[in-house]
Amino acid sequence: MKMPNNKKMYDKGKVIAGLCIFLILITFPFWYNLGKAAPAPELKLTAKAKAAKECVLPTQTMKADHMQLLNEWRDSVVRDTKRIYVSSDGKEYNMSLSNTCLDCHGARAEFCTKCHNYASVTPYCWDCHIDPKEVK
Amino acid sequence: MESSRRSFLKIAGISALGLGAKPVLDVMASSGEAAKPKTMRNPNALLAKRWGMVIDTRKLKTEEDLKPLIDICNKIHNIPHFDNPHHEIKWIWSEEFENDFPMQEASFLDDRLKHMPFLTLCNHCNQPPCVRVCPTKATFKREDGIVMMDYHRCIGCRFCMAACPYGSRSFNFRDPRPFIKKLYTKYPTRTKGVVEKCDFCAERLAVGEMPACVEVSKGALAFGDLDDPNSEVRKLLRDNYTIRRKPALGTGPSVFYIV
Amino acid sequence: MLEKALTGTKRYYGWMAALLVVIGVGFICYLWQFRFGLGLTGMSRDVSWGFYVAQFTFLVGVAASAVMVVLPYYLHNYKAFGRITILGEFLAVAAVSMCILFIFVDLGQPIRIMNVILHPTPNSMLFWDMIVLNGYLFLNIIVGWKVLEAERNNVAPAGWLKPLIYLSIPWAVSIHTVTAYLYCGLPGRGFWLTAILAPRFLASAFAAGPAFLILLCMIVRKVTKFDPGKEQIQSLGKVVAYATCVSMFFFLCEVFVALYSRIPEHTEHLKYLFVGLHGHGVLVPWMWASVILTTVAIILLVNPVTRRNETVLALACVAVFVGTWIDKGLGMISGGFVPNPFNQVTEYVPTLPELAISIGVWAVGFLILTALFKIAVTVKEEVEGLI
Repeated sequence: MKMPNNKKMYDKGKVIAGLCIFLILITFPFWYNLGKAAPAPELKLTAKAKAAKECVLPTQTMKADHMQLLNEWRDSVVRDTKRIYVSSDGKEYNMSLSNTCLDCHGARAEFCTKCHNYASVTPYCWDCHIDPKEVK
Repeated sequence: MESSRRSFLKIAGISALGLGAKPVLDVMASSGEAAKPKTMRNPNALLAKRWGMVIDTRKLKTEEDLKPLIDICNKIHNIPHFDNPHHEIKWIWSEEFENDFPMQEASFLDDRLKHMPFLTLCNHCNQPPCVRVCPTKATFKREDGIVMMDYHRCIGCRFCMAACPYGSRSFNFRDPRPFIKKLYTKYPTRTKGVVEKCDFCAERLAVGEMPACVEVSKGALAFGDLDDPNSEVRKLLRDNYTIRRKPALGTGPSVFYIV
Repeated sequence: MLEKALTGTKRYYGWMAALLVVIGVGFICYLWQFRFGLGLTGMSRDVSWGFYVAQFTFLVGVAASAVMVVLPYYLHNYKAFGRITILGEFLAVAAVSMCILFIFVDLGQPIRIMNVILHPTPNSMLFWDMIVLNGYLFLNIIVGWKVLEAERNNVAPAGWLKPLIYLSIPWAVSIHTVTAYLYCGLPGRGFWLTAILAPRFLASAFAAGPAFLILLCMIVRKVTKFDPGKEQIQSLGKVVAYATCVSMFFFLCEVFVALYSRIPEHTEHLKYLFVGLHGHGVLVPWMWASVILTTVAIILLVNPVTRRNETVLALACVAVFVGTWIDKGLGMISGGFVPNPFNQVTEYVPTLPELAISIGVWAVGFLILTALFKIAVTVKEEVEGLI
């Protein structure tokens, strides 16, 4: 069956102008930030962290899953009454963001915030949890 | 036209499946590590089937007697102080007899009790109405009888506050941080929009310590397992007449007052 | 049919624009509350629920009242109500939408609202309230829309709608019962701990809802070409009359139980509301106004001569609506929390931002109501050949 071949485009000028404006707006984050790319943050390990050599979980796992781990820790501490985490190599840790994680990793501004700023996430941990190094 | 669109969709679907297969297989492959991490309790942790408290009002006669108990709780739990009484947050405080025991018609009360300050806190009921009404189990009864708060899960609906017959619960009407005198770093604060209350110092029990108010009470407060007939609290309950707040409501409070 | 809400008279556009302005102001105030916390409201440690929850409670009743048109028409073939079932159903949609919004603005941590679904808790009445409210919203949207569409296309409504319509009847009763169950199962609140709370809620709902529907029908008759009908309005008037009588009777039963038994747990709350307690009595004039309005309304509604006069009927409906709103939307919450469990009085008065947010939510409801009514009435005008 022969299909109608309708090559006429209505309001061609307005449509193309609108498409151009849309493309400019939607690619705003890219062209606005051209040349301003920040390098990925380099985290300085504290002496304590260097001495410990490894974290609660392997570094790659922590990078990907620390959010899940913290959730599991919270449920274990608050809901299961179990506060000690035994890692796969037998080391025991007290499950506490402020007093275990930060004890090794230092101030949150040096550790947590650097990557979170880069990744543009704002978790609200610190609304409740205290960074001991910020209190004096 | 139609057949080429259909074949396009077929190819797109199969490609999506193919592209999605690898990550799924990766995840499947990664499970099965060496030893799995696990969680456990501190071997010193204090355990019980039903924590309870006996308050000997004969040993807490004045506000000065109560002050250290209230102050230590406020300090180690980062309790904020607001000037506006509407936003008050209190976990443990003092009330008069006729306020703590309004159903105990106080017309001809003996002189000792009439104006004595009574220590007031969450009763950690055996049948807590607050737990019954919480829509997210943000407040829940633990196996050891403590009525706990999960501040991460609380949506701030305040149904628990309506349900509590004892006025034990406080709500964070605003950010508490600016109103905390000195931050105690070993314990978090709470954030605006969640309900909070005494939790029988669960964080201290977990490492083998008595609740702070009990520790500084110089023996006025006894804390132990109500389910253990040999515990100190059960002995006190056998040897002394005690009352509880609003027992007729069937909540089964775990805080007893020797009067 | 949605496009019918997008065109209208200048008055229609003006009204919608005004509503949008009110909604905008309310929204900005809500952003303020979201940043600052609920301390922006007049709520306190002692009165931890306030205006938002009160409005929610009142509007659940208005939503449930759709059953008063649906039941006679679908179960008992009262053909006259066929003209206005859609209006009742669309009123229910607007009302339930407001309920959901009021719950949302009342939450301390609204971004965690999915926790209610992620951690279902069947022993909590709030869990069931979420289910029945959303279900009722869904039911009324589907039933109202499809039946209206069928009417517009001059066909009988699809068969699968019938079971949904029948379901909506007990469901309407359930939404207000579950809301009452939020309150009447709490052991520590003597004012609410009464078996008659759910019946009271339903009776006052079936008074206020149809009263508002009558007023809406009169407005529709005035500003559009569709006339809901004199008989329909009169029948609704009889519903309002008897529901208001029953509601007042239930209230007097409560008063008797409290005053005759003299148990403080019961009397203190009524005292606070009607004569003041410990020197506090900000609600006293309101409560008496509510009683007077409701009594006058009963006299005007029960008497057929005054009821048949549509001006008097309109005034009586306003009186019923306002009187019921004061009783449920002001008195019930404060009455439950005052005095507190320690027998102390902390009064509650809403703050201006709180009122602005509430009026913003009401405006959202009116926006939805106007749009849906515009669609329904335009369809009816077309079907009846009036335009």
